[in-house]
Amino acid sequence: MLFSNTMKNRSRIHALRNAAFVAAAAALAVGFSGCNKKDAAASDEILIGHYGSLTGATATFGQSAQKGIEMAVDAINVSGGVLGKKLKVIVEDDQGKPEEAQTVVTKLINKDRVVALLGEIASSNSLAAAPVAQSSRIPMISPGSTNPKVTSVGDYIFRVCFIDPFQGQVMAKFAANTLKVKKVAILRDIKSDYSVGLANFFVEGFKGLGGEILSDESYSQGDKDFTAQLTALKGKNPEAIFVPGYYTEVGLIARQARKLGITVPLLGGDGWDSSKLWEIGGAALNGCFYSNHYSVDDPSPILQKFVADYKARYGKTSDSIPDAMAALGYDATLVLADAMKRAQSSKPDSIRMALAQTKGFMGVTGNTTLDENRNAVKPAVVLEVIVDEKGNGRNKFKESVSP
Amino acid sequence: MKRLLWITGALAALALLQWGCSAILLDGPIRQGPYYYQIMILAGINIVLAVSLNLTNGITGQFSIGHAGFFAVGAYVAASVSYYGGPGIRAATAFLPAVGQDTVVLLLALAAAGLAAALAGLLVGIPSLRLRGDYLAIVTLGFGEIIRVVILNVDAVGGARGFVGIPKLSNFFWVYLLVTACVVTVWNVVRSSYGRAFIAIRENEIAAQAMGIDVTRHKVMAFVIGAVFAGMAGCLFGHYTMYLHTNSFTFVKSFEIIIMVAIGGLGSIEGAVLGAIFLTVLPEAFRGFEGYRMIIYSLALILIMIFRPQGMLGQASLFGKKSKGKRK
Repeated sequence: MLFSNTMKNRSRIHALRNAAFVAAAAALAVGFSGCNKKDAAASDEILIGHYGSLTGATATFGQSAQKGIEMAVDAINVSGGVLGKKLKVIVEDDQGKPEEAQTVVTKLINKDRVVALLGEIASSNSLAAAPVAQSSRIPMISPGSTNPKVTSVGDYIFRVCFIDPFQGQVMAKFAANTLKVKKVAILRDIKSDYSVGLANFFVEGFKGLGGEILSDESYSQGDKDFTAQLTALKGKNPEAIFVPGYYTEVGLIARQARKLGITVPLLGGDGWDSSKLWEIGGAALNGCFYSNHYSVDDPSPILQKFVADYKARYGKTSDSIPDAMAALGYDATLVLADAMKRAQSSKPDSIRMALAQTKGFMGVTGNTTLDENRNAVKPAVVLEVIVDEKGNGRNKFKESVSP
Repeated sequence: MKRLLWITGALAALALLQWGCSAILLDGPIRQGPYYYQIMILAGINIVLAVSLNLTNGITGQFSIGHAGFFAVGAYVAASVSYYGGPGIRAATAFLPAVGQDTVVLLLALAAAGLAAALAGLLVGIPSLRLRGDYLAIVTLGFGEIIRVVILNVDAVGGARGFVGIPKLSNFFWVYLLVTACVVTVWNVVRSSYGRAFIAIRENEIAAQAMGIDVTRHKVMAFVIGAVFAGMAGCLFGHYTMYLHTNSFTFVKSFEIIIMVAIGGLGSIEGAVLGAIFLTVLPEAFRGFEGYRMIIYSLALILIMIFRPQGMLGQASLFGKKSKGKRK
């Protein structure tokens, strides 16, 4: 009896301690939320929000875009800002998770009261956040989401990059007009929405330019052996082969094609854009071409200035050459500032109206015009792959193709 | 009769809260209202996930890391029901007002989600729950990943693009109704003869078997009940975010749920609730630290585990008697 009483007492003390701990933890959490930055916007600042994956599996996307955005905002503020006010970017991390992207966009719109949003790169995160921006009537500009569905969420959603179907047409033009080939074969990845779409638009564009498609073979993402398809293609004697896949398979395809004695150039899209491509494909990739958003070799003075500024600012870190995400982030910010200037207002609705009329804006990634579906109509660049025997590669700027 | 009164009362209270929340947070004067509302919804979904996982991991003592898999099954099945079947269901119930039609669609989606997740739980549970410890953990981890990769390859639910165009049917009322249902169910199960069997299995499997408990059957039961609630949570999640992508259902999500259970106190229902709220609010509360946010968040978790290795509540209960498992 006595024993059970002490047990009871002890457990009561235990429960009390537990309760105290919980209370302390709750107080801590509340305390931290209380010391968030002051959210009242000073009247001499225009607040814009950037949400991106600063941490997580796709962290380089968000970090690069943020660097580009920072540079653009500083450049704008140094030259007097917008409408006499300074631009201020509030950046939030979404860890690359769709639901987190939705939460931070809700926060940026309602708590910080941003007048416009920049983000995301990954289409899945843009698609999760876009409905919130649309229903709150806050314009959102995605720097790099190429999935056609993103801007079809609503009339407040824009993007400053081209969409997947356009790349197919770019490569068709390049093959017909620059390489001057008439007979092309296709090797597409049937598991990827991106690859199938790209191949279809290439076929359409190439036939329209008087070309001929000799054969259309396919593979599945993850395949390692492509000799059957390549042997079939070889028998038709194409002058070029269009392979709109991702870099892992493309590297293997290039190696196996050269082994089979296929010497014609391979063509592809921005799925090739990775230094891994050079490692996997090696010298077999020499003389192949792919389309991309921009190239650091592009002689355009505005781009060369951007690359030099970027190196000066972030040169201490290893990634001193800006990637496409940084360049697109930079352009998205400039397009937004330009829209505010033309609208003579920083009201979300006025910004949206002005954004929709963006025409011939000269940015780092080329001349940007937004069409009636709020997608950017802009040139793509075609790059030539050059790899030495050791697997060290680089991309050589070949030409810029306008829509 | 008394029970009916309780249920009606709870429904009325939730409806009142829903009305209050949308009036104050969504349309009211508080500017960050919608942000808080969003956090409350996500916290509710996490509570259901944590409490249901606690039944397997904390109470029955079977270490499963595939909970995100059931969450995904429920989310995608429910979204398919309302996306593909929604127009048909609405046409068949055209005599109801719009709210009634929404309710029918959501209830059917919820039922489908629960059923699909239960089937998945049964399918994984029967072969794998004969395994113990690490082996079970590996099998459930594998299951979660298989589900994710399968979804990635099904074009009808968007594949790698993600599932777009899910109607927004869930809200505070539905999420917290599920929270209540989940907590009450788990609470009652734990205090039934089944619950005592679960705890016996956790404490000593061989002794439990010697007492005449069908160990595998009880393990599968706990697993399936947990899966059903995870699936239903998935349904409300998809119908709130209006978009589903497999990135939300990686094994990292499974680990997050496990952390919620562990931080709260393995085996304690209140602990799981508290852990879920804590882990949803904490990363948001730390937004002021910007780049260091996730470091401080992780540090907070480490500190809690050092100073409270048994979790915030241990196995103790905030209300009434202590969990029976504590008696030795």
